[in-house]
Amino acid sequence: MKAHLSRRYHFPASHRLNTEAYNAEQNREVFGKCNHPHGHGHNYTVQITVSGNVDPETGMVCNLAELDAFAQTNLIDRFDHTNLNTLDCFRELVSTTENLTIEIYRIFQDFTAAHLERVHVEETSNNSFDYAGNTDPSFI
Amino acid sequence: MILLTRKAEFSSAHFYWNDAWSAEENQRVFGKCANRNGHGHNYTLEVTVGGEVDPVSGFVVDLKQLKEILEREVVSVYDHRHLNLEVPEFANSIPTTENIAIAIWQRLEGKIPNAKLHRVRVYEMPDLFADYYGER
Repeated sequence: MKAHLSRRYHFPASHRLNTEAYNAEQNREVFGKCNHPHGHGHNYTVQITVSGNVDPETGMVCNLAELDAFAQTNLIDRFDHTNLNTLDCFRELVSTTENLTIEIYRIFQDFTAAHLERVHVEETSNNSFDYAGNTDPSFI
Repeated sequence: MILLTRKAEFSSAHFYWNDAWSAEENQRVFGKCANRNGHGHNYTLEVTVGGEVDPVSGFVVDLKQLKEILEREVVSVYDHRHLNLEVPEFANSIPTTENIAIAIWQRLEGKIPNAKLHRVRVYEMPDLFADYYGER
């Protein structure tokens, strides 16, 4: 029987929304306070949803310890207490949470013990973003 | 169609163990969850049903009735119980969050008048939950 399993991870990081495609005035106009020159930070919450058949021997979609270990190495160790703008993935891309969500989805596609369904990222308690690859994330 | 979600809570004990495996194998796969003395959680259950809004009552389902069904079918059976030892469906199935979601679906399916069961979500902790949508 197929079930979905979701796990939430947390990391604080800083960022600044700015693009070289705009001049300073345009950046200020489009990104507002998110464009303040020295950046600002958030406590990000990342919710990973995977699915698969429940293994009759373990009762699990996948071993949670394996998912946690993957998240520690590939998510927390990489993003926790960083300035997102300094990371390779945001060298060419604005570090919006939309782009962060897509990057995290790309990263968790390498977790092979279960099927990745969706990545949900909360930037603040009032802002959250969902990405499910080519699938409509509103199906859940 | 409108989806409507009702929450309920229960507190239960459990442990993870597969009798077909050695003690070492259980320990390796399940870690601290394999402690035979058990441990416990405050579970949160979210049951989502879908249906059409009744033009007279404005309801998809009567929430009071849904609450009573959740209480009778799930909470009264699971709350303040040891899932492995006191809940029949876990006599031969490990009470993981995934299996609890499936078991609750099976307990509720067909019992909610005028609405279709859409999703059963079980939180073991705020950062871990399982969803079951039935066979699809």
